[in-house]
Amino acid sequence: MSREAILGAIQRGLRRGPLPDDQAMALRARLNAHPRHLIPARSRVPRPEQVALFIRNLEKEFSTVARVPEGSEVPGAVADYLAGQNLPSDFAMAAHPELQALPWESRPLLRRREGKAEASDLVTVQHGYAGIAETGTLMLPGGPQRPTTLNLLADTAIVVLRASRVVGAYEEAFDLLRAELVPASGIMPRNVMLVTGPSRSADIESTLELGAHGPRRLHVVLVDDDAAAVG
Amino acid sequence: MLATSPAFKQNAAHAMADGGLQKALARTRPTFPARRASAVANLPEFEQLREIGKQIKNHTLQNLDFYLEIFAGNVERAGGQVHWCSTADDARAAVLGICQRVGAKTVTKGKSMISEELGINKHLEAHDIVPVETDLGEYILQLRDEPPSHIIAPAFHLNREDWEASFRQSHTDLPADRVFVERRDILTEARTRLRQKFLAADVGITGANFLIAETGTSVIVTNEGNGDLTQTLPHVHIVLASIEKMVPTLEDTVSLLRLLARSATGQDFSVYTTFSTGPKRAADLDGPAEYHVILLDNGRSAMVGTEFQDMLRCIRCAACMNHCPVYGTVGGHAYGWVYPGPMGAVLTPSLIGVDQAGQLPNASTFCGKCESVCPMKIPLPNMMRHWREKEFERHLSPQGMRRGLSVWGWFARRPGVYRFATRMAMWGLGALGRKRGKFTSLPLAGGWTEGRDLPAPEGDTFFARYAREQRAGRA
Repeated sequence: MSREAILGAIQRGLRRGPLPDDQAMALRARLNAHPRHLIPARSRVPRPEQVALFIRNLEKEFSTVARVPEGSEVPGAVADYLAGQNLPSDFAMAAHPELQALPWESRPLLRRREGKAEASDLVTVQHGYAGIAETGTLMLPGGPQRPTTLNLLADTAIVVLRASRVVGAYEEAFDLLRAELVPASGIMPRNVMLVTGPSRSADIESTLELGAHGPRRLHVVLVDDDAAAVG
Repeated sequence: MLATSPAFKQNAAHAMADGGLQKALARTRPTFPARRASAVANLPEFEQLREIGKQIKNHTLQNLDFYLEIFAGNVERAGGQVHWCSTADDARAAVLGICQRVGAKTVTKGKSMISEELGINKHLEAHDIVPVETDLGEYILQLRDEPPSHIIAPAFHLNREDWEASFRQSHTDLPADRVFVERRDILTEARTRLRQKFLAADVGITGANFLIAETGTSVIVTNEGNGDLTQTLPHVHIVLASIEKMVPTLEDTVSLLRLLARSATGQDFSVYTTFSTGPKRAADLDGPAEYHVILLDNGRSAMVGTEFQDMLRCIRCAACMNHCPVYGTVGGHAYGWVYPGPMGAVLTPSLIGVDQAGQLPNASTFCGKCESVCPMKIPLPNMMRHWREKEFERHLSPQGMRRGLSVWGWFARRPGVYRFATRMAMWGLGALGRKRGKFTSLPLAGGWTEGRDLPAPEGDTFFARYAREQRAGRA
């Protein structure tokens, strides 16, 4: 059988049989401890600078950002953005309690449908799980309250993110994920996307064009719920 | 994929005479190195991270059997299935078996070099299943029935006129007189066309940049989003991955990710870095119902414990080829198989045999640029030298070259004779060339002087001068 053949060939190459128990134990301990390596200094800064770095990197990678002082202003920010881009005012939205609790009725022109995205959707609103300042990256774990298709199918993807969920480095975002979304069984959510800007391709003559197969526009509405992060 | 690597010399000559390719190379040559240099300059810890990356991969390879088993166990706990495949044949059969069991008619594909290694498209087509490449570059290559010429920019060798011509020829349902004003128009046409394919596909096949043992996760990195649509929309997701993609933990993975995009495209991070673990859960609204990992060996386990083990650290960023003067002159197709450039020159002989690919490790100036930019610090020139030695030992190198090396070796082992002979040669050449100052042709060196002139020696040798100055210094 192929499994034995492959493992046997590796062991022959390494001039040993299966790992001795003590060594296997040490490797299991490493897996359980999953130690961090070097984290670049750029994100090791006070909270306000971390959020500023996050925003700077979002914009560097061609996302746009609207910063609002509280959740109640999110529907207004979404409506203004859509109007400013001449986009339709209906969208598919993640059925996440934090998004459902927003006062959407304050903007009666907005029409929303909750659930996953369909091929015909032009605009989607996703719940941002975490932001990573290091490279302006959004962490979007999939699940019933955050369907993966909302990250991919529409021309315009809007992500609502709380500033308190902006961390410095990837490792810190995965710590949140482990603590909150990985059950005791240790099984990860089916899909975890790290998204850094709108879709793009440089396949035609090595020249960058935005809007390949995923969204052409990525707009982040950042809610300043973290007093320590407001510089 | 049938290798044309034995014909490297002819391929290279053909490539150098190809005006379209040379135009593309002239455009691309400076851009990749400039983008990488700028990304690296913006991360002061880059050199430290290279060392860390190397250590992570070395640790993994020393314990590869252990981590593969942990990985497979975790995939299965998450509801996925692992197919261990020793050979390309095993892998093709496993993929076809899955597709046939679910009655697949069309299969969308994310970019995967393993897929090229397996020749999976031809295999599916032969069984009436339609494969659709969805990476923009791979899509046009499929339309043109060409292999990729670069591992991350597969169609860089094409120019705009090639794109337009292929689209007009293939998308015959669209108005023939439509105008492509900008590159964006080409992109938009492909986007519209492929969107229908994404939605209609029964199976999605992607590669994997990393496999994570700790969580049983496969990771893909793309900029277009095609890989994500491929692995999210169809009923079945098949991951094609070779055994050396293994990484122990999420923390190890992000450390390597900090190196990957910067070394590849010069981005700080790619647009989509996606972690997939098992099939859709009961409450999920989207995602595939089946998740399969094809775990391919195809010659890699035989590299473990040999002088070529370090090559298994490769994360396929393409920095080596982007900085290679040989690749930059002949492009990727000349190398004749799946993997071009310096990494291909080392990997290809391991995977298809030095008798087939022995010319590739010879196609190097040993300038060392590839090793200096490799994020995994792979000693590529050293390994090319190992292949040259093996080629020589197995009497695979051409007669003329072997004779030349024997003659040189005879002199090199006799320093007195060597010095005398070189002194005579330099004196002779110096005397002959004094008038013109250079030689435009020389007997036995026609290949060398065809491309450049040899400056006439001044009649002395390094050894002679060194000895003279030593004496003068001591006096």
